Amino acid sequence: MSLDAKIPQGPLAEKWSKHKFDLKLVNPANKRKYDIIIVGTGLAGASAAASLAELGYNVKSFCFQDSPRRAHSIAAQGGINAAKNYQNDGDSVYRLFYDTIKGGDYRAREGNVYRLAEVSVNIIDQCVAQGVPFAREYGGLLDNRSFGGSQVSRTFYARGQTGQQLLLGAYSALNRQIHAGKVKMYTRTEMLDVVTIDGHAKGIVTRNMITGAIETHAGHSVLLCTGGYSNVFYLSTNAIGSNVTAAWRAHKRGAFFGNPCYTQIHPTCIPVSGDHQSKLTLMSESLRNDGRVWAPKTVEIAEQLRKGTIKADQVKEDDRDYFLERKYPAFGNLVPRDVASRNAKEMIEEGKGVGGSGFAVFLDFADAIKRLGEETVKAKYGNLFDMYIQITDENPYKQPMRIYPAVHYTMGGLWVDYNLSTNVPGLYALGECNFSDHGANRLGASALMQGLSDGYFVIPYTLGDYLAKIGPKKVDISHPAFEKTKQDVITYINKLLALKGNKTVNEYHRDLGHIMWEYCGMARTEEGLKKAKGLIQALKVDFWKNAIVTGENEEVNASLERAGRIADFIELGELMVDDALMRRESCGGHFRVESQTADGEALRDDENFAFVAAWEFKGENQPEVLHKEALVFESVHLSQRNYA
Amino acid sequence: MSNGNMNLTLKVWRQKNAQTSGKFVTYKAESISPDMSFLEMLDVVNESLTHKGDEPINFDHDCREGICGMCSLYINGHPHGPKRGVTTCQLHMRTFHDGETITIEPWRASAFPVVKDLAVDRSAFDRIQQAGGYVSVNTGGVPDGNAIAIPKVIADEAFNSATCIGCGACVAACKNASAMLFVGAKITQLGLLPQGQPERYRRAQSMVAQMDEEGFGSCTNTGACEAECPKEIKLTNIARMNNDFFSAKLFREEEIHEDKH
Repeated sequence: MSLDAKIPQGPLAEKWSKHKFDLKLVNPANKRKYDIIIVGTGLAGASAAASLAELGYNVKSFCFQDSPRRAHSIAAQGGINAAKNYQNDGDSVYRLFYDTIKGGDYRAREGNVYRLAEVSVNIIDQCVAQGVPFAREYGGLLDNRSFGGSQVSRTFYARGQTGQQLLLGAYSALNRQIHAGKVKMYTRTEMLDVVTIDGHAKGIVTRNMITGAIETHAGHSVLLCTGGYSNVFYLSTNAIGSNVTAAWRAHKRGAFFGNPCYTQIHPTCIPVSGDHQSKLTLMSESLRNDGRVWAPKTVEIAEQLRKGTIKADQVKEDDRDYFLERKYPAFGNLVPRDVASRNAKEMIEEGKGVGGSGFAVFLDFADAIKRLGEETVKAKYGNLFDMYIQITDENPYKQPMRIYPAVHYTMGGLWVDYNLSTNVPGLYALGECNFSDHGANRLGASALMQGLSDGYFVIPYTLGDYLAKIGPKKVDISHPAFEKTKQDVITYINKLLALKGNKTVNEYHRDLGHIMWEYCGMARTEEGLKKAKGLIQALKVDFWKNAIVTGENEEVNASLERAGRIADFIELGELMVDDALMRRESCGGHFRVESQTADGEALRDDENFAFVAAWEFKGENQPEVLHKEALVFESVHLSQRNYA
Repeated sequence: MSNGNMNLTLKVWRQKNAQTSGKFVTYKAESISPDMSFLEMLDVVNESLTHKGDEPINFDHDCREGICGMCSLYINGHPHGPKRGVTTCQLHMRTFHDGETITIEPWRASAFPVVKDLAVDRSAFDRIQQAGGYVSVNTGGVPDGNAIAIPKVIADEAFNSATCIGCGACVAACKNASAMLFVGAKITQLGLLPQGQPERYRRAQSMVAQMDEEGFGSCTNTGACEAECPKEIKLTNIARMNNDFFSAKLFREEEIHEDKH
């Protein structure tokens, strides 16, 4: 099967405009005859639901949380990029495009990324009009800051809570449409399967998480906006509930999974403090604007710091290695995330890690406080500093923060074409749930941009084309495909509920996380990945024998919810390992130890790996089949990324 | 699997669902580390219950970094526990001492019925937002983000109100189960910004009407909501809400009639 990304012909800057004209439209009076199902209410899901309802479509929106406002987009801290060039510092749509393609280590599509940069400016306007209180300067205009991987200030922000403010903006637009009767909202409802008829997605099967009722919903198309799968690593910066189940079940119904091994390890997270830890907390990348990353120059000093016989501020200037500034003078502390993370890891492997566990480096604000004053630093980063104090009981105004990389974002996801359609007609994937725009590494402040771009400004155009083609004929749950899929779901749930072994689902999740972090984390080797594959397969067998699932279906049952999600994570984990094994090159966040430059940077193999890997599910315990979508570069020249 | 040295006694509210009545059940939480969050301490208890084949304690939680608003818990008589300005997920066990007895209840308010154990139904909050917590602009066709200058102090003040996470601690803290801090925060945010002006008075009317319909109580200016709010939303938000609500009623009848979309 050949994969057609459907990237429009013509010059890069004209692709999207031309494509919008070529897409079919649905007559305004016909829009109300179409039903659209949207799963997930984060930035992508809420913005898509609101925008499509405004156009006149009937939308059914689903989330597993108790309110659409809880979606994990809410936790994004740093900001959102837009090529406004308000700072007069040389930014442009082309520069944002270029930075994003380069930041992704040339593993994203030019057409998609250019469109993303193009609509970025509209997103800011839209959010301001909704009443999103972005940071402003004294003159009343919008403020900007710089983020990793770029040399211009194009990041818009709302203190350290940008995701919260953008999500509440999209939530308010969604609420307006719920009030208008154009969106029907289903909270505490989890999607468990996709229903297909003649190869087209026509609905979903859900579980009501209060009553346990298994229900079916029909529509002319299904949009998955269900986020990423970082929780496959157990510890990540994702919310506890973030899961891959909707995307994975869609995968098992035929949707290809793109680049599953592309995961982002964020350099500035609060280090793990013990086995009890349930999640990791990010410290926004914006901190690297003013914070300086360092480790002690010698193992002896590191040893003293680990034992607590000296404190960080007692280490002399000459004994500190500001390793990012030393190695990358042009970008300094603002190198992309993958580069910063790998360098921290290197320091620790050399024995220069700090903190009780030795798994940390410093992020130091002493110079910034000297230069700007404590009040200014507080105004910029106060809530982040407070969060650090809460968690660690240490004061970052006095001593440097301890940071360590943690899994934060997944660039991989369901394969989609330029229209955000998966290879299953009628099934779309938006936001982090799809694989499309970030290549092998996402730049900071680009996730919010992509989620809102997909929901506000791409899907309202591209979905209409599909709907116009299939026509408004009503889709009804009386079709036998709905009952059949529903029965499959019930059978699966009963299988889970029958598990009365001796190991909790949480313990399996932790085991999976250890395997993934050890062998499919910041550095990956052929040998390690092969070992991981065996371990995961054994874990899966053990899970279906010895896991404990308590309670019944017809009630609130967190144990059952979790069991289904972990079972899916185990299967996904194996595919990630397969993908990482197949990709015998390093690129962005995917670092194969066998493929590095003399300086230890990721070494791509463009001749053999300039493609998107799209995996096809072939049945339980069968090897998945790889399809390749060649990446064609017409505008940028592929080169070794250089941030020095 | 836990690695600490604190031993605690928990008195936890267990209730199967909204239709049955609940009761306190006592549990031991052993070998708790002071670095654990309160929810991680409950995770430890739940793991041991699961191993015994008992049903784990049900509670709402998600982001575990204090921003999603999903976690709740009325701990020793305080929403989100004894520490000010934090949610339960950010409350750490070092706040408690070894040997302590901790009482854990759900939010108590008739507008927040219990779902199971410690989780409650806060959909009333969503319905209040749906009644008017927005600026009526469609996607596209909006002016440039810098077309309207907004004084920094106004934008910052609007932001302070906008930090509300919708957790419901204000309601749980109030002896009247009033939701006015929550409602006032959204009315204040949009009422301060130029984008919110066209619908300012209508918004105040419709949100307050929905708040009343949901069965939340009235405000008697005790200030417990402000004291317990994990985001430290100020009582002045209620004053602004009252201002907009009453001036709408008295002087702006023409702006507040509801037109169906």
